[in-house]
Amino acid sequence: MTVTSPFNVSPELERDLHRVFTPVLGAGIVLGVISIIGAIYSPGDFFRSYLMGYLFWLGLTLGSMAIVMLQYLTAGAWGIMTRRTLESASRTLPLCVLLFIPIAVGIPWIYDWAHPDLVRNEYVLRHRHIYMNPAMFIGRAILYFVVWGIFVYLLNKWSREQDEKGGLETRLAKLSAPGLLIYVFTITFAAIDWAESLENNWYSTIWGFLFVAREGLASFAFVIIVMALLSRREPFASRFKAAHLHDLGKLLLVFVMLWAYFEFSQLVVIWSGNLTDEIPWYLHRFATSWGWLGVMLIVLEFIVPFLMLLSRPLKRNAIALCCVVSLIIFMRWVDLMWIVMPTYYTRGFRLTWMNLVVPASIGCLWIAVFVWQLKQRPLLPLQAPNLEKALQHGD
Amino acid sequence: MNEFGTYGMVAEFDDPTALLEAAHAIKREGYRKIEAYTPYSIKDLEEIIPGRNLVPPIVLIGGLIGSATAWTMEYYIAAIDYPINVGGRPLYSWPMFIPILFELTVLFAGVSAFFGTLGLCGFPRPHFPLFNLPEFSQATSSRFFLCIEKRDPLYDSEMTASFLRGLNPTGVWEVEN
Repeated sequence: MTVTSPFNVSPELERDLHRVFTPVLGAGIVLGVISIIGAIYSPGDFFRSYLMGYLFWLGLTLGSMAIVMLQYLTAGAWGIMTRRTLESASRTLPLCVLLFIPIAVGIPWIYDWAHPDLVRNEYVLRHRHIYMNPAMFIGRAILYFVVWGIFVYLLNKWSREQDEKGGLETRLAKLSAPGLLIYVFTITFAAIDWAESLENNWYSTIWGFLFVAREGLASFAFVIIVMALLSRREPFASRFKAAHLHDLGKLLLVFVMLWAYFEFSQLVVIWSGNLTDEIPWYLHRFATSWGWLGVMLIVLEFIVPFLMLLSRPLKRNAIALCCVVSLIIFMRWVDLMWIVMPTYYTRGFRLTWMNLVVPASIGCLWIAVFVWQLKQRPLLPLQAPNLEKALQHGD
Repeated sequence: MNEFGTYGMVAEFDDPTALLEAAHAIKREGYRKIEAYTPYSIKDLEEIIPGRNLVPPIVLIGGLIGSATAWTMEYYIAAIDYPINVGGRPLYSWPMFIPILFELTVLFAGVSAFFGTLGLCGFPRPHFPLFNLPEFSQATSSRFFLCIEKRDPLYDSEMTASFLRGLNPTGVWEVEN
């Protein structure tokens, strides 16, 4: 059931996407095999790198889903150009469900709360055991995936139906309103399960919002790169203009500031509280050589992108904007490294080849699925209100 | 009334397209001291008659002065004038300085944007030479004006007037100071 429209993937783009798909899928499989060989020799390194990579790529999936819901909820023409790209990214969710299996297998290598002897000796872990144990952990993960799956399925299904008959925007907005709320709640619980529970005594009440901001920032950066690449071929070559890029750049600046604001709020509250059960998390990450990564985050994920994104000419230039965006995406990886790894290597910075290869193998598979999904539908929502307005923007 | 002499030559147009064409022609002729007065902002006019926009640097300087004020004030209060040991934290606790630093940066930048804009617009200025022209009251509602100022080296009462008349204006006047 293919809808023909001027916005369908053009034959040249189809060829380009195919040229990306095959090598990326191959690379994903090869890197995956190398990672598994690494896992046999050093399961700890493998599973920890895997968690890091998984959180990065799952973040793109969920962040894209959330931005699509935000677009329906706020309406207007700003989201039209990017919607299909974001929808395709959200349809990688089934892959993410599949890729969760290694985390479930690797629980003992990743989390202290899965060790019965540690749980017996540590008061906090014992107290928390009824909630934080492998069975409950996996059960909750299934629940999150079911909830996210429902929203991804309905958002994509109704969006396709809208291409054919139109008039579904109210229904999509009504889905998105509770959807965004539920996303914030589920991502809070998921972030606590998967990342906050890494350190036994660590808790932060803004942790869930931080993940919302981290995922939003990463997804928005990702969508800008994809749009810049797509705009070299039809249907976007004649339709995606500097004015659209400019708008995306402005919104990226907002995401950068939102992320920095949440990150700083957490730092200043924990730092000024200086409590013995909270502060070790920051001590592990700032008082050791990991601190350099922390400083890098402040400088290269906030100060530099912030100052550069203030410039109007930069936001209207695809190559310049993509340089800033690539820096942000790289720093998202550094951030996850900084969140996950100091838990295990409290004495200082340590980088193994698996920290790079394992996230890259997940990434290649993710990108392959994304590219495959991107080809399935017209690259613009055909009957969306404001489509004309979005296309005329910048004329 | 003629003690300051002539201010410039004004041409009136009744639609923005005519104004844009005229502005192009004036630019081609070599005039530089030109200014447009329109009821609303016209796209592309900025490219023909580029205005020097000094608001961004003023806001930047204002913001930096705000940051410096906040940091100096906080450092002086917390570390020099009234040092208190709060739970063993260092006197110079820079993370705690940032919220105030941010607020004062925004405040100073905002205030300098407001007063900078007013200042650059020439406030307070009760009178402007073009007000001598009764037709100029239409500049805020329905008419579009171009003015070649007398300080332009190419300015010549007769030459400029006849040149402007050739651009299909609805009127051309020489305005006194």
